[in-house]
Amino acid sequence: MWAVEITGLTKDYRLGFWSRKRKRALDHLSLAVERGEVFGLLGPNGAGKTTLLKLLLRLIFPTAGSATMLGRPLNDVRVHARIGYLPENPHLYDHLTAAEFLNYAGWLCGLNTVTRRDRGHQLLEQVGLAESAGVPLRRFSKGMVQRLGIAQALVNDPELIFLDEPMSGLDPLGRRQVRDLILNLRRRGKTVFFSTHILPDAEMLCDRVAILHRGRLQGMGKLREILDSSVESIELVLQDPAAQALEALAPFALASVRTGDRVRLELAPNSDLDAVLAAAIRAGAHIASLNPVKVSLEDYFLARIEGSGSPATHGQADRRGAERE
Amino acid sequence: MNQIAAIAVHAFKESVREKVLYNLVIFAFLMIGAGLVLGSVSVGINDVALVNLGLSAISVFGLFIAIFIGISLVWKEMERRTLYNVLSKPVARAEFILGKFLGLVLTLVVNTAIMTVGFYAVLWFEKGRLGAADLAPLEAVYFILLQLTLVVGVALLFSAISSPALSAVFTLSLYVIGNLLGDLRALGEQSGAALRALLRGLTLVLPDFAALSDIAPAARGELVPGSQIVSHSLYAALYIAALLSATIVIFERKDLR
Repeated sequence: MWAVEITGLTKDYRLGFWSRKRKRALDHLSLAVERGEVFGLLGPNGAGKTTLLKLLLRLIFPTAGSATMLGRPLNDVRVHARIGYLPENPHLYDHLTAAEFLNYAGWLCGLNTVTRRDRGHQLLEQVGLAESAGVPLRRFSKGMVQRLGIAQALVNDPELIFLDEPMSGLDPLGRRQVRDLILNLRRRGKTVFFSTHILPDAEMLCDRVAILHRGRLQGMGKLREILDSSVESIELVLQDPAAQALEALAPFALASVRTGDRVRLELAPNSDLDAVLAAAIRAGAHIASLNPVKVSLEDYFLARIEGSGSPATHGQADRRGAERE
Repeated sequence: MNQIAAIAVHAFKESVREKVLYNLVIFAFLMIGAGLVLGSVSVGINDVALVNLGLSAISVFGLFIAIFIGISLVWKEMERRTLYNVLSKPVARAEFILGKFLGLVLTLVVNTAIMTVGFYAVLWFEKGRLGAADLAPLEAVYFILLQLTLVVGVALLFSAISSPALSAVFTLSLYVIGNLLGDLRALGEQSGAALRALLRGLTLVLPDFAALSDIAPAARGELVPGSQIVSHSLYAALYIAALLSATIVIFERKDLR
């Protein structure tokens, strides 16, 4: 069963005083998220990522389409007891302390007093705010607010967690803690659906990603497959090669660059590596390394974004999205 | 139910931590205390003046508090987006509105109780003792509380559809008009058919705050019949139910952008 299943979700915002103008923020989006996976929603600012999360959490209502979370329709708010949500740039209550805020969040989830207190202590410890438990939130820095926002999203030990730009406002240490936290959630079998425009975070954490641009799905797939199947070339590095070795390998190389006592040869991705290596060994070359040069998530992302001038066809991607478009 | 209680307690906690609230209560105490001065210069009517001024202070400052917290608490949650934290939990929008309303009413009850204690302290200081006849102001306080609860209902409704400034203006206007319904009825009787029908319709639809005012009889020490207490309580309860239903219907469809 899918953790999240979205079918043709569309959102138009009405603009202007008389609400006559409309702006399409999300355009017939269909995708599905498997249970237990970390799913990354990528896209530049204004792509529709936050709109999608708000639709799923029923903070705004769709113009068309439908979705389910943990097998329940969106209008069943009781399913939120099994869900956690970190809004983008979370806003908290200035008049509460961190401990009071988590207590309130736990109470809203229907937790009893003892569980609320225990979960509160545990989560404050986990996000590195234990010493600030009694500090009013108006004195919190942006990074502390973000950490507490993450803590409140986890207060009910949810099965499915939505994180909207979870690394926003965090210092390097905080980012690392959040990355570890997401990986820990995955180890515990939780489903994490997070939006980001920071691609290294997605590359490090996600099982699958979807790319959103101007409200439309531009691509979706398993990150491993996207990256593994996107070998652009093969890099062969030779240590201080003789001229005859370079001559023997020249028919295989697309380009060569000498850096100090090393020479880097660029080979075609479909090169016969057995033949290349045999030729190198015959010529007495010392091989320093042999590596496939893969497309990065950033390259993939940019290619999708730049190629979305007429994106109508891209939006109809396979919901399972296991294959690259 | 658990969620409604959580929101109510949180709303109460939020409003009692508002500094403005304390300023208003202090002003109310000053006004109630001023009754002692006014009473001492009013020959023969010092008790009446004291009760009149004290109950009016409770009513006016209660009104300010009701409007202030009624329009700001829900609007603030929407504007500051703290509502995202609430509605992403297993909380229906109707539960949010009901919880807020109960929290605001709890705030009003506590504030009114504090002001009433201050009022009776001044009355005791002036009269030297309190007797059964002094229960009449307590009835008036109950009616003031009904009025204020209605005001909170109106303020909540307006805060779901407009800005705090406009909500305050609308709520205060409705309160003033609701206190003049008797005059509107009288005007209708002297008008042409169309205007009479319009004014009659308005007097039926608008909240009758005047009917819930009991300050003048209370100042004279007159107790209100039990049937009147029941009928007025029922009227207020039904009107509040209608206001909350309308607020929930509007809020259920609202995009929280």
